[in-house]
Amino acid sequence: MIKRLIFFLTIVIGAIPEPLMAQVQSDMKKIKGGIYVPLYGLDSSNVIVDDFYLDTYPVTNDEYRNYLLKNPSWRKTEVIQLFADQRYLNKWVNDTTFSHSFKGQSPITSISWFAAKAYCKSQGKRLPSVDEWEYAAMASENEPNAQLDSVFQQFIIEGYETPKTSLKEIGQSSPNYWGIHDLHAMVWEWTSDFNSVLISGESRKDVDTDRKLFCAGGSVNATALMNYAAFMRYAIRGSIKANYCMENMGFRCASDIIK
Amino acid sequence: MKTSITPLFILLVFVQLSIGCNSNDETSEYHCPMECEAEKVYADKGSCPVCKMDLVVKEEKVVDDSHEIDPNSIFNLESKWRTQNSDEILLKQLKGDILVVVMFYATCETACPRLIADMKMVHDELGNNKGVNYVLVSIDPTKDTPEKLKSFAIENDLNSQEWTFLNGSVENVREFANVLSVKYKEISPTDFSHSNIISVFDQKGVLQYQREGLGIDNEEIVQEVSKLQ
Repeated sequence: MIKRLIFFLTIVIGAIPEPLMAQVQSDMKKIKGGIYVPLYGLDSSNVIVDDFYLDTYPVTNDEYRNYLLKNPSWRKTEVIQLFADQRYLNKWVNDTTFSHSFKGQSPITSISWFAAKAYCKSQGKRLPSVDEWEYAAMASENEPNAQLDSVFQQFIIEGYETPKTSLKEIGQSSPNYWGIHDLHAMVWEWTSDFNSVLISGESRKDVDTDRKLFCAGGSVNATALMNYAAFMRYAIRGSIKANYCMENMGFRCASDIIK
Repeated sequence: MKTSITPLFILLVFVQLSIGCNSNDETSEYHCPMECEAEKVYADKGSCPVCKMDLVVKEEKVVDDSHEIDPNSIFNLESKWRTQNSDEILLKQLKGDILVVVMFYATCETACPRLIADMKMVHDELGNNKGVNYVLVSIDPTKDTPEKLKSFAIENDLNSQEWTFLNGSVENVREFANVLSVKYKEISPTDFSHSNIISVFDQKGVLQYQREGLGIDNEEIVQEVSKLQ
């Protein structure tokens, strides 16, 4: 019996790396790093983003349900209160069944930062940083940096204006330059260091950036639209806490490229 | 007569033992060692319908002390930290004391000295600091090594045992900040922008009070701590 168990374990362990690797290849896309100017940051200097992998799609209801089947501690009746507020999975009928108004291929929402972080860790991944997310998300269908493309910026803002985009299914819209889907026009997404966004003027140094931020609405051109869209995202990041679970906030995972 | 008692006694012991074993077996649940069917358990021995392996007795989960941790306690965090004395600790090792917590960095020249001054003032005003632990968590873990924190403690006269400095990984510091709702960002290689928040946790690690801002009357913090003492 023990021999059988060891034999079986050997097979299982031996077999893990390959399918996992394959999964990384098919469900994630490589983002080639570079320098970018954050749309809105505390300093206006360039930020260097290294190469990284990013999930092609946001994590779905089906995927999260499968995760809950194996990880009871993150079910809604089991979750530690410190890690998720009352609204965690609030539309789920029970611990492992999501509301019939949701589709399996829609993004998981009503999820806290802690839960998103734990999920990514269970997949051998991590959450993307704000800079990584913004870097990947500034790509339109055709170019890696569409910050100054007014049509693209308009598309992003329209996404913010459309209600209930979280009920859409993933992968229905065109991928961006990197092959990534649904960064816009679907859900807000958690980032590992969202709490690095200080827009409440806690530091004296914030003053300039605040001015920059609010002046952006003064004229209507590509830069203004760009700043407006970025303002929306940064305002969200600056106003949430890690245990918040919102109906229009989901996540996707990232991972380092091992050199 | 005497000689016949001993075998009888042994027999009785055996019967007793086997009854003990049986009753143990009756309450056992069996499950697949590979957990093919997740949490599913069976009352009898047999084989797993999925992988065909023999079912094994499901071991009772060892009750660890995490069950005693309040669901809102920071002791639910499993992160590891190093103190200014290079001791490795888990947050739950701070259990039992009232915790007065700030996040700072040692090379900070603007707001932190005032935040530290506020901490000191609370410490001095309380006078009796029994059962109170003043915890300073660095947001710059790469530069603020335990050695650096130790010398900071000495320089600033925060070297008595009720002061605890913590150094953790970048990821764990982020997580800790999230529990405190502290925001911070590296704005240059030498500077961080950060929220100035003093948090008070009770003996169970549950957040009881937070004060945001600098140089505001410390009396409220002192009162909050006194209430918990």
